[in-house]
Amino acid sequence: MGSAMTTPPRIDRDVTNDFSLVVATANGTGSQTANLTILRACFHMGIPVHGKNIFPSNIQGLPTWYHIRVSKDGYVARRESEVLVAFNQRTVDDDLRTLPPGGMAVVDSGLAHSVQRDDVHVYPIPVKALMAESEHKGKLRDYLANMTFVGVLAHLLEIPLDSIEAALAAQFGGKRKLVDTNLAVVRGAHAWASAELTKTDPFRVAPMDATRDLVLMTGNEAGALGSVFGGVSVAAWYPITPSTSFIDALRGYLPELRRSESGEATYVVIQAEDEVAAIGMLVGAGFGGARALTATSGPGISLMAEFAGLGYFAETPSVIWDVQRVGPSTGLPTRTGQGDLRFAYGLGHGDVKHVVLLPSSIEECFEFGWRSLDLAEQLQTPVFVLSDLDLGMNNWMGEAFTYPEQPLQRGKVLTPAEVMERGFARYVDLDGDGITYRTLPGNEAPGAAYFARGTGHTTHAVYSERAEDWVENTERLARKFETARSYVPEAHEERSPGARVGVIAFGTTRYAIAEARDALASEGLSCSSLRLRALPLREEVRDFIEAHEQVVVVEMNRDGQLAAILRAEYPDLAPRIASVAFLDGMPFTASFVHRRLLPYLTPAALEVA
Amino acid sequence: MDRPRTIASNAIGLSRADYGGSPSTLCKGCGHNSIASQIVQVAFELSLKPHQVLKFSGIGCSSKSPAYFLGMSHGFNALHGRMPALGTGALIANHTIRGIGVSGDGDTGSIGLGQYKHLLRRNVRMVYVIENNGVYGLTKGQFSATADEGLELKYAGQNTLPPIDLCQEAIAAGCGFVARSFAGDAKQVRELLKAAFSHRGTAVLDIISPCVAFNNEDDSPKSYAYGKHHEKPLHELGFIPPAEEIVIGETEPGELTLVSLHDGSRLKLRRIEEGHDPTDRAAAMSRLIEAERRQEFITGLLYYDAKRPSFSETSHLPDTPLALLPESDLRPPPEALERTLQRYR
Repeated sequence: MGSAMTTPPRIDRDVTNDFSLVVATANGTGSQTANLTILRACFHMGIPVHGKNIFPSNIQGLPTWYHIRVSKDGYVARRESEVLVAFNQRTVDDDLRTLPPGGMAVVDSGLAHSVQRDDVHVYPIPVKALMAESEHKGKLRDYLANMTFVGVLAHLLEIPLDSIEAALAAQFGGKRKLVDTNLAVVRGAHAWASAELTKTDPFRVAPMDATRDLVLMTGNEAGALGSVFGGVSVAAWYPITPSTSFIDALRGYLPELRRSESGEATYVVIQAEDEVAAIGMLVGAGFGGARALTATSGPGISLMAEFAGLGYFAETPSVIWDVQRVGPSTGLPTRTGQGDLRFAYGLGHGDVKHVVLLPSSIEECFEFGWRSLDLAEQLQTPVFVLSDLDLGMNNWMGEAFTYPEQPLQRGKVLTPAEVMERGFARYVDLDGDGITYRTLPGNEAPGAAYFARGTGHTTHAVYSERAEDWVENTERLARKFETARSYVPEAHEERSPGARVGVIAFGTTRYAIAEARDALASEGLSCSSLRLRALPLREEVRDFIEAHEQVVVVEMNRDGQLAAILRAEYPDLAPRIASVAFLDGMPFTASFVHRRLLPYLTPAALEVA
Repeated sequence: MDRPRTIASNAIGLSRADYGGSPSTLCKGCGHNSIASQIVQVAFELSLKPHQVLKFSGIGCSSKSPAYFLGMSHGFNALHGRMPALGTGALIANHTIRGIGVSGDGDTGSIGLGQYKHLLRRNVRMVYVIENNGVYGLTKGQFSATADEGLELKYAGQNTLPPIDLCQEAIAAGCGFVARSFAGDAKQVRELLKAAFSHRGTAVLDIISPCVAFNNEDDSPKSYAYGKHHEKPLHELGFIPPAEEIVIGETEPGELTLVSLHDGSRLKLRRIEEGHDPTDRAAAMSRLIEAERRQEFITGLLYYDAKRPSFSETSHLPDTPLALLPESDLRPPPEALERTLQRYR
């Protein structure tokens, strides 16, 4: 049934374990369970895999696409899909149109579509008929209908049903009834497909052994877990996509992992009335001696600006996860970007500079989860962690996380005995590193108390409008920021011998860049790369730029924010800093990066263009 | 009724001077100074341990005053209108510390109204003093949200908007300790402060505190002269510490009410003209609305209810303050990480 009139062209490479799949459905129809089942089944088969949910700002009805990339080489960047599951009437024509010749489509036969693709392998599936015998009714029946494409794909792509079952078990946390209900639909569709469909396309998966030691989780889960192991004791937040699932994960882990010996909770999670209150609670909690964090996104940090400045100036520790979405303003609330870098770096009026950590993987989300809390207390300042929607909300493979290698770093906090012994003045720079000693409320030693404030103050925390006091304090804060350079995570470098050009980037663009660099290298065009993992800049960043004739800063924003920071910090090197900056809300593809890097690697091509 | 004031030191061996702060930089005669000195007196009389008190403020004249009392206590001068959030965080980090915040009518009634209401809704255990003068001082005389309707001021002209009544707002938000007082009535301020320190959650003291620079004309309802002539206390207050015997002389029926406070202390309310039952929420609200209509300046404990648990109680905090938990309580062991990751393999 439904066989193509002519034979679609062949794709000129081996596509086994090397293709991209997109599932087009409507938001709120329960398709996420089905999508994740395919994803986890491939992971269970040992095949490198990654999923990206491209979803609307909506509860129900608007189109949503789930991209799964299967890659025997371990590439996880977004790639235009060759395989389509078309389950959404509103987008079916567009979805069919985007497939490349030789691609494949599984289409709900109940959908009307005007686009006909003779150059694509099309398999209509009678979803309604397949569900006709289901005993389930209403919403559950609609949800389960998605499992029909799982069954059909399992047959067409050759995914063993036991891998599907394992994936469902992981999905439902072992709730057997749910597993069985879903599996029954999968089996039914699988049986139908085996009997009725003749496979004409080349797409298939085959077991590998590349995921044995890996975990599959979202960046928000990894960051939350890292924070739990970092000893977070106060989390204050206000709901905002795409950071909400960070706090959801935190609230999932804490009750299980963070009980004292007597069974008491060793943390508090507070849903604040807005982001101003959320960060206000952090500044208070950090001052009081708790390890405090929030998770938010761009509009949230806009509201947090004033308190971020107070945290910097009164020198209280806190951690702010900004899971970036697309701004300005409400922007594209469910799309990814890297547009908050410059704003977060200097958040607050006046001369404010913040420590910003830049994770790119779930391993780094975990590590920065605990490390950010250490840094905040060591440096007595707000620390930002800039994740993004793509990293935070999507499932990524990663090495099993490494347990923190150092004990909790609580910074320069004086005990009552220490105050008695050596005295105390809050803002005297005894060690010359700009980091001064503090005491916590409740410290009973005479002279331990001080009055923290956002106004000008002396080294003894007394209000002052004296010019000399102001300069002394702000110069010390600048000195502290210099100290921070050696405290923050080092950049990750891959130098290609003899390369003239280096790429500088941060965060999740690394995957498209890595794939593009491999492709370029196979064409004889090599370039080095430096992946920044924090601001302020460490010394190796300057070394890297100096070692190359040209560096190209690749980032997902319009104005080239990192490029601007680098040019401002290294004015002498500015002429060799080029910018590739683009933002449309979608993660970069390797082919985009390849195309944009090419002119820098082949100057002749640039002149011709 | 007053405890003797002549003693040089209190139960923990501190003198009144030990509870003092830096010299005030507010105007001479400012109501806020007299409130600061009552806070000093009360802390001394209650023998509060300075290291177990944490001071907060927002921004404005009022918010400067925590520098002028309890110099041996930690404090944090926060942002304009944002004292509640900062105080909440600090008192969650260490819930064994008593908080006292000083705010103003602009800080609480305008920019910080949202945080004020949410603080009360959470019932964070702290004494929340509003030094209410109806006017912005540091910016030289604009109306605040509590300025009386029809008030004429040199800088601001005529106020055409009705005032926000911060006591009504407090009762509506679920606050269990709502009092109004007058900076010129030192004794009442003192007794209310003592009772406020005994409260389970947030205790609001809305104290009319005249601004001698911008809003002290005799006909202004927030002036000294007006307060002196028009203050109408609902009752005479006497704070009784937990261990103290109560000595009550001859009373008429209904003349005396004893309110049991959360920590075992009591507040004695001696009726003056009318009977006001501070445990009746609806009556408290309607008495305030009535006062507004009749342009009465009523003072005293308007509403009291200690049934609602405080935020630290509902947050299920451990006995040891979060700030003092050892690493063994803050970082789970390596096996816990391995076990958790198993689910994601």
